[in-house]
Amino acid sequence: MTGPNRVRFYQTGTFTVGNRLLDVSVGSVQSDAERNNSLNSGHRACQGCGEALGARYALDAAMRAVDGRLVVANATGCLEVFSTPYPESSWRVAWLHSLFANAASVATGMAAAMKVKGRRDVRVIAQGGDGGTVDIGFACLSGMFERNDDVLYICYDNEAYMNTGVQRSSATPAAARTATTPAAGDQPGNVFGQGKSVPLIAMAHGIPYVGTASVADLRDLEYKVGRAMAIRGARYLHVHVPCPLGWGCPTGDTIKVARLAAESGLFPIFEAEAGEVTGRRLIRRPVRAEEYLKTQTRFAHLFNPKRDEARLALIQRIADRNIERFGLVEQEAVA
Amino acid sequence: MKKPFAITLDVGTSLANKTGSWRTERPVYVDRLPPCNEACPAGENIQRWLYHAESGDYESAWREIMKNNPMPATMGRVCYHPCEGACNRGKLDTAVGIHTVERFLGDEAIKQGWKVEPPAVKSGKRVLVVGAGPSGLSCAYHLRLLGHEVTIDEAGPVAGGMMRFGIPKYRLPREVLEAEIGRIEKMGVEIRLNRKVGDLAEVMKEGKFDAVFLAVGAHVAKRAYIPAGDAGRILDALQVLRKVDAGEKPLLGRRVLVYGGGNTAMDVARTARRMGAEEAIVVYRRSRDVMPAHDFEVKEAEEEGVMFRWLTTIKAEQSGTFTVEKMVLDEHGKAKPTGEFDTIEGDSLILALGQDVDLSFLEKVQGLSIKDGVVEVGPDMMTGCRGVFAGGDMVPAERTVTVAIGHGKKAARCIDGYLRGAGHRAGAKHEVASFERLNPWYYTDASPSVQPMLEAARRSSTFDEVVGGLDEGNALFEARRCLSCGNCFECDNCFGVCPDNAVVKLEGKAAEAEGRHYRINYDYCKGCAMCATECPCGAIRMEPETI
Ligand SMILES: Cc1cc2nc3c(=O)[nH]c(=O)nc-3n(C[C@H](O)[C@H](O)[C@H](O)COP(=O)(O)OP(=O)(O)OC[C@H]3O[C@@H](n4cnc5c(N)ncnc54)[C@H](O)[C@@H]3O)c2cc1C
Ligand SMILES: Cc1ncc(C[n+]2csc(CCOP(=O)(O)OP(=O)(O)O)c2C)c(N)n1
Ligand code: SF4
Ligand code: SF4
Ligand SMILES: [Mg+2]
Repeated sequence: MTGPNRVRFYQTGTFTVGNRLLDVSVGSVQSDAERNNSLNSGHRACQGCGEALGARYALDAAMRAVDGRLVVANATGCLEVFSTPYPESSWRVAWLHSLFANAASVATGMAAAMKVKGRRDVRVIAQGGDGGTVDIGFACLSGMFERNDDVLYICYDNEAYMNTGVQRSSATPAAARTATTPAAGDQPGNVFGQGKSVPLIAMAHGIPYVGTASVADLRDLEYKVGRAMAIRGARYLHVHVPCPLGWGCPTGDTIKVARLAAESGLFPIFEAEAGEVTGRRLIRRPVRAEEYLKTQTRFAHLFNPKRDEARLALIQRIADRNIERFGLVEQEAVA
Repeated sequence: MKKPFAITLDVGTSLANKTGSWRTERPVYVDRLPPCNEACPAGENIQRWLYHAESGDYESAWREIMKNNPMPATMGRVCYHPCEGACNRGKLDTAVGIHTVERFLGDEAIKQGWKVEPPAVKSGKRVLVVGAGPSGLSCAYHLRLLGHEVTIDEAGPVAGGMMRFGIPKYRLPREVLEAEIGRIEKMGVEIRLNRKVGDLAEVMKEGKFDAVFLAVGAHVAKRAYIPAGDAGRILDALQVLRKVDAGEKPLLGRRVLVYGGGNTAMDVARTARRMGAEEAIVVYRRSRDVMPAHDFEVKEAEEEGVMFRWLTTIKAEQSGTFTVEKMVLDEHGKAKPTGEFDTIEGDSLILALGQDVDLSFLEKVQGLSIKDGVVEVGPDMMTGCRGVFAGGDMVPAERTVTVAIGHGKKAARCIDGYLRGAGHRAGAKHEVASFERLNPWYYTDASPSVQPMLEAARRSSTFDEVVGGLDEGNALFEARRCLSCGNCFECDNCFGVCPDNAVVKLEGKAAEAEGRHYRINYDYCKGCAMCATECPCGAIRMEPETI
């Protein structure tokens, strides 16, 4: 969907952040030595934090898209706590923190204020973790969608309440061990529930734009932020951001793990306009779901002391269902 | 500043918080040795010249080759390219066509007339080189680059050694060879043709030479005892190839047998076809899978109608009838006679059984150590006699043009050290950028570019070059298939993926001064290793922090 790679071969195409062989005009925002660094050095996120990376990726792209005229509301969560321990701030954007549950409503207010002041050029982003978005902030978010407020809401999904010590959220995947879903008993880890896809719920609101993205695909993420900022009304972006601490993976493997999530089909990457899917990121190097699961100790009980074939098969079914539902494999390749 | 209630500190940026103190490991930029470079007997920095070629800067690419190898157009044609066997891309899809790009660059240099200038300052030292084959030419070239005066004495009427007397035109057009030798001559290397060195000490004294490099190759054909009714029917491969090169037409007849299983056998059989032989049959005592000739050569020979008789030895000849014996391979792969005999008809038999070194001119040289018919040398290419160096086919090593060229280079550098009284010091070798060091996710799929081949009809009648070159578009594409193993190619990944903005991207003068395009800001780097994991080419190493 974003793929200059299909038409050109320049050693790495656009898979890498930059490419000295390509024209700078097709370069990513992150490859620019003058990028905004919206979330600056000195923040206190853990080593290899996917959320810190995802936030910089998204906000730098947004700052570029709207020429710096941006205000941001932030929900409580790691992103807020590691970036602004008083008296320091890591933000190089106009940034406002309020509460855990109400980022969407605060942003709605900011958008209204801008409208009243006649500053339609100043754009509004709300951002938060999965807990703040899919659980406690969900009512505010749904209201913002329903009213079609002129806000882009970005959820950085690390699949649990990380800031308070890795408690389960409704975005926590089946079988994952968290502080509240221990790997104990005959049903270790998180339950195999109904699941809760806020991107699909957002689509059900019929809002102008919904997208999912991952820190493993920078170009796609930047494209989606750009696309969202080109549209008015309520927009939603759900970004997959591994948390090395909570997931139990090496700090250097954040992007690798995110990539496996996308390539296995467990985290489907797609976009939708006005409730209809308009694009999907195709799987490039298909992997079994267990290749992804194996990288994280939160799933270790699926492999040790012996393989839990039944649950592994169930998780593979989730991946297969995503692949089929969103068409993540090129049609010819399926046959 | 007046502060609100309960606030005591001034607000400020988090830059005050130096998170570098969290680190237990630090990322360090390294240059690892690409496997292609490691495998190149001439010591070319392949990754580096491909890097230049990738951006279309062919002249810089060519100059990078020329630092190590003075004959890229020739090498791109005749080298057996061990680099490609080692190329990491082979584990992804197919190895980079290194030799095809090298050939393109070599041809481009000839077309554009690019030259290499020797330094203006002269060392005042004179070196004699014996033999104008690849080893001698390479040594002379590198000695000129180091400021020494060089004279090559060559026994033959033309320079090139086996590249001229052995390798046929259809694999190496003579214009190409001559252009590359001419370029070396123009650097001030004197080549004295038709001067076979007999008494080395005499020539050294007469020419006031300070050192000598011996590179006389291996030119004495090995024989096999075959009782023959008509000895005139039995020829030697090198004689045939040499005559054909000189434009003569050796009498071979309609049906030609070639005895041997190496590259020379392939070349002479293919040459016989081109000289009008209706049948050319290679007779070899072992089987195809163990024959020393390269697979592609056998394939090309077969395409040209050359036939093969495996597991066969020739015992005797009588009026054009050759008695042959069937062989079997024992468990060690050695051919064993079976006592079963047969006959083959043939107008002539060409022996291609390998060559020995003619060492007669070295008889008077003191201190030489000769083992298994070749001259022993130390790691500095010096023989047992001080100031006498040797390389190429006459020393113990694999016998290829590329090895010969590599020996010439190494000897030149050691001779330079010897002449300056500095001795020889080999640089520390970098750690190899093996496939496991790469993150291949980032490379785009790309199948190799194919070289055009001359159609079969013309291959059995003319000496036109069989394998064609790549055009610019193809060559550029092929160069860009390189993964840049172990060496930064400025993809910006490290700069992009650091969650702490601890990688600084350097541009212009800053990059030049630093010799790198990125710098780690250790004030903020937490040591998460994301940059090292996501570096496609393995140019970042994590090192334990010392506290
Ligand atoms: C038919 C054939 C095909 C080959 N094909 C390939 C190939 O495709 N690729 C490859 O890599 N290798 C190939 N080889 C091997 C390769 O040609 C040799 O390994 C290489 O040429 C050796 O280089 P050299 O400089 O040591 O010796 P040579 O190339 O043999 O040169 C030695 C020179 O010294 C001269 N000389 C000898 N004695 C004296 C003396 N006393 N005084 C002055 N000059 C003297 C000779 O006339 C000759 O010119 C082939 C060899 C043969 C025979
Ligand atoms: C109303 C309220 N309840 C609980 C908290 C405590 N709290 C702070 S952050 C957090 C978890 C945040 O989880 P998530 O939104 O997923 O963000 P993450 O830290 O994982 O990035 C919780 C429970 C709070 N700040 N406010
Ligand atoms: S706990 Fe996870 S989300 Fe929070 S700062 Fe650490 S790595 Fe980032
Ligand atoms: S990919 Fe490039 S650098 Fe790596 S081995 Fe092949 S030619 Fe050498
Ligand atoms: Mg969370």
